Amino acid sequence: MQASAEARAASEREAGLIAQILAGRKELFHELIQPYERMVYMTEFSIVRNDTDAEDCAQDAVVNAYRHLGKFRGEAKFSTWLATIAVNEGRQHLRRLKRAKEDSLDEPIEGEEQEFTPAPLTDWREIPLEALERKELREALRSAVAELPGIYRQIFTLRDLDELNVAEAAAALGINENMVKVRLHRARMMLQKRLAPYLKNTAPARKSFWRRMPWS
Amino acid sequence: MELNCKHVWAQISDYIDDSVTPELREDIERHLEHCEICSAILDSTRNILVLTADDRTFELPGGFSKRLHERLERELAAN
Repeated sequence: MQASAEARAASEREAGLIAQILAGRKELFHELIQPYERMVYMTEFSIVRNDTDAEDCAQDAVVNAYRHLGKFRGEAKFSTWLATIAVNEGRQHLRRLKRAKEDSLDEPIEGEEQEFTPAPLTDWREIPLEALERKELREALRSAVAELPGIYRQIFTLRDLDELNVAEAAAALGINENMVKVRLHRARMMLQKRLAPYLKNTAPARKSFWRRMPWS
Repeated sequence: MELNCKHVWAQISDYIDDSVTPELREDIERHLEHCEICSAILDSTRNILVLTADDRTFELPGGFSKRLHERLERELAAN
């Protein structure tokens, strides 16, 4: 399997980098973190939900990872360890906000959701590949993800955007693997339902078609 | 086993992630062959995942990487 051989080579290279950084070549940390910048930012954004705070948290998480690199033992993958730090950073930020604003909840998300304003409907006969090129479809997906309840938004981000596997996502969020699968399924189905009008490539068999979905 | 649509809906996410047993995969595929509704749900869900993995959908703020490495630079100089 070429993919897993590549993954093994990448993780050996990473272990080598970490050893060198800990031995004093600290400038190599720039190189170590570079492949994960996007993952760290997206993880923070899924938790804190705005660009400025997400960027602050991402920087803090990366700095924390640097300061604590000596504690990384290589039992977990570096990406999992880093994702755990990122999740904790975002959660701490929310807790600080909560203290600053006593009426906000740990998950300020539900109940405060903005009204969903759908982008203009695209023609449902459009073939998917063309549809996927459309800017408004990407905007609709961003809105739909932003409006998922927090637990679903976070799992969707870790799995489908950051591309962590089930075990890694479970470790980063501190939940079990089955919970990861259940929440991910729910998140994907909520998005599917929300975005169905943009993504249909066949005519519904009956008018009641979309009302029959189990998650309606 | 003959699956109905609800069974298939419940498995769509695991099916996409290839974490169903080979037997269940076969049952699901047999159902998909004749069920347009489930096929459309599967396709649209997959399309969402393709779109999510497209870097243009969720973008980093402009200059994010530069600012991150500048901050790191200061941290490395201090520690």
